[in-house]
Amino acid sequence: MREDVADFTIAHEKAQSFYASYERKGELQHQTHYCPGCGHGVIHKMLARAIDEMGIQDRTILISPVGCSVFAYYYFDVGNIQAAHGRAPAVATAAKRSRPHSVVISYQGDGDLSAIGSGEILHAANRGENITVIFVNNAIYSMTGGQAAPTTLIGQKSTTTPCGRSAANEGYPLRVSEMLATLEAPVYIERVGLGDNKQIAQAARAIKRGVENQVKGLGFSLIEVLSPCPTIWKMSAVDAQRWVRDVMEKTYPLGVLCDRTKEARVHAMPAAAPPLEELPRLLDIPEDDPAVDVPEGAAKAVDLQVRVAGFGGQGVLLLGEVLAEAGLDAGLEVSWLPSYGPEMRSGTSNCHVRISNETIDSPMVSSPNMLIAMNEPSLRKFVATVRPGGWILYNGDAIPADCVRSDVHELSIPFTHVADEIGDARITNMVMLGALLEITGALPQASVDSALKRLVKSARWYELDERALERGREIYCGSLAVI
Amino acid sequence: MRKQLMKGNDALMKSAILAGCRAFYGYPITPASEITEAAALYMPKAGGVFLQAESEVAAINMLYGASSAGMRCMTASSGPGIALMQEGISYMAGAELPCVIADISRGGPGLGNIAAEQSDYHMVVKGGGNGCYRTLVLAPYSVQEMADLTALAFDWADRYRTPVVILTDGFVGQMMEPVEFHAAATLPEPPAWAVTGHRETRGNLITSLHIGIDELEEHNRRLEAKYQSAQHEARVEEFCMKDAEIVLVGYGIVGRILKAVTAEARAEGIPVGVIRPISLYPFPAASLRKAVGHGLVFAVVEMSMGQMVDDVRLALNGMRPVEFYGRCGGNVPSHDEVLCMVRKLASDFGCHNISAQEKEQMVHA
Ligand code: SF4
Repeated sequence: MREDVADFTIAHEKAQSFYASYERKGELQHQTHYCPGCGHGVIHKMLARAIDEMGIQDRTILISPVGCSVFAYYYFDVGNIQAAHGRAPAVATAAKRSRPHSVVISYQGDGDLSAIGSGEILHAANRGENITVIFVNNAIYSMTGGQAAPTTLIGQKSTTTPCGRSAANEGYPLRVSEMLATLEAPVYIERVGLGDNKQIAQAARAIKRGVENQVKGLGFSLIEVLSPCPTIWKMSAVDAQRWVRDVMEKTYPLGVLCDRTKEARVHAMPAAAPPLEELPRLLDIPEDDPAVDVPEGAAKAVDLQVRVAGFGGQGVLLLGEVLAEAGLDAGLEVSWLPSYGPEMRSGTSNCHVRISNETIDSPMVSSPNMLIAMNEPSLRKFVATVRPGGWILYNGDAIPADCVRSDVHELSIPFTHVADEIGDARITNMVMLGALLEITGALPQASVDSALKRLVKSARWYELDERALERGREIYCGSLAVI
Repeated sequence: MRKQLMKGNDALMKSAILAGCRAFYGYPITPASEITEAAALYMPKAGGVFLQAESEVAAINMLYGASSAGMRCMTASSGPGIALMQEGISYMAGAELPCVIADISRGGPGLGNIAAEQSDYHMVVKGGGNGCYRTLVLAPYSVQEMADLTALAFDWADRYRTPVVILTDGFVGQMMEPVEFHAAATLPEPPAWAVTGHRETRGNLITSLHIGIDELEEHNRRLEAKYQSAQHEARVEEFCMKDAEIVLVGYGIVGRILKAVTAEARAEGIPVGVIRPISLYPFPAASLRKAVGHGLVFAVVEMSMGQMVDDVRLALNGMRPVEFYGRCGGNVPSHDEVLCMVRKLASDFGCHNISAQEKEQMVHA
């Protein structure tokens, strides 16, 4: 305070949550960058006052938008984040969810919020984010020099509606507040104006309420402020205020559009996070080796390259998975690759499994030494790829004459009938797997049991699968006897 | 810890949580959806935030918000979704916000298809957003690397305060291999620059806006210096490279195929080796230049019409011929196709078509 004016009383003091001077304006640090008569300055003051009154300066995170208020962060002495055009509600959503104790205020103009960012505001409102949105509507793009906004009035001239906005070409003015008020989640939406002192006083009350709602944890509040832009409207400050009152208000009536603050459920603070040591268990990452009783060195030197193919629903992927799990339990290197791509949208499916006692280079099995063909189309598709000396297990009476190869082994049995006899056609895959295991002799039974236990949770299916595997082994041995 | 059979996409997400990621914002897309689904399941259990955003544009801006607030955060998508995120990635690079973005790439351009391709290289490695920025890019080729490189990605993101992309393809995302999580779970403190809604961070500002021309130039110079300082992080795997005269170069699933081909070609006596870039930015150019000493010809194999091949050519700067073999649309360069190419190169460039054993004898003679 100046010493030469001793009995000076301060009627209006700059809000605490404003910076003392505005770094942005080198020589004019006491002056904002907003034009004289602009609504932003008034709205800033009301918001700063509300922050002061609630004592939340240290908790507040302000999201500045793109537009004339892009520099809001030069004024507010709070945590500041500057967002991309239209995206402030998305940024605010995550800032708030990351720091639930903070008070997040998203400040946006109409071009930002109602055009490019219409998706983000709609969904943030619909999720009921516990944030406060200040929506400054001056019916025009101001910073970029006066182009039309979705909120531009019918007949209003702009640089991109030089003859005035027409409903036929640009559509009708978008009433964002009315639209958002139809949603279930927002707790408080009010439209206020800066048309005269009475309106300004109401605007201040509404802004404070919008922030209060968040502090109480009530949910999403949006305050739409009809705000003069004398510069782009090409009016005096006084005329611009009058225009808000006399013209804008006709399209955008003032008032509360929704108020559910009474019935709103308070947003609960998140529960305490679990201790870090708990994470592996919570992520289903077992800490210890579950007792897999596989004798040391039981697995043989092996290089199994298996292609399993059939119709979707025949258990193709599971067959491969049991095989790979068993290989892992047997202490071998394994890989499993599903058929991936458009095929997974249609009826057929296949997977590649490799089991080896050496490091596996490619998980892709382009020439298998073991083909499990669960149906004829699969056999036809892959028969030519089988390595000479390899095996084909075919789910059918006999390999069709035109698919017969003299340089590979084959075992053709209607495996589905066998599965049916055991009790369920759906265990065809396990009967075939049983035969495969017996042929290769590579994996100890204990590893197959433990794999099955891990993958098949129901006792009934586990029991059926075990029997199916056993039957598959018998079938192969039986086929040898026949020969 | 026991090795566990797991899908690449699952391994990536679990590793992210162990590495301290506590915020996931994403939008589903094949073949990355399993990551989003795993995040939906595990993130809340770990005390983190999961939210399915209304679009990829919103998702990346949610990362902008979460990262601003000092959280380790990530998203996952594929080509068409990553394309939509480019705006936000540029903003995050500009505002120096760390985050991890998994791109499980698919066929393009446009809607393309859902099969595996490697045609996001240009978009991700060269930057698809506006302005002079880079993202650091890691390219896992196995499920184990999905876990390991994800943890590394979070470290890099924090160290360089920048978005880090994990670029791989549908195969690596969808396949299962045994995986072991090496490091214990961690949860780093929010960095001092973050805006956390506390008195201590009240003065902090996150922005990518630098309105003065000199100020912006200075900012860009600083970013560039930062990207240059990351060059020493370049990672690469060299396979059979000691005496390789034919040098195969490929990343992601192609790296696996090249190794298998190399094993077979070596058995035929063709001196071939593989350079597999693990980081695509910084690009391991030094490793390629070193191979010029014994390499007669370089051959880049990609599941695209040729993208990384440009970086290989730049690195070699005309010192050696660079051949290219690419398949796309979901077609994978087959073992046999690549082997054929290797055999042809061996005869064209007169590589010593002798067995390893013979070679050994010659050396000792
Ligand atoms: S152009 Fe309009 S909105 Fe922008 S600062 Fe000036 S008066 Fe305010």
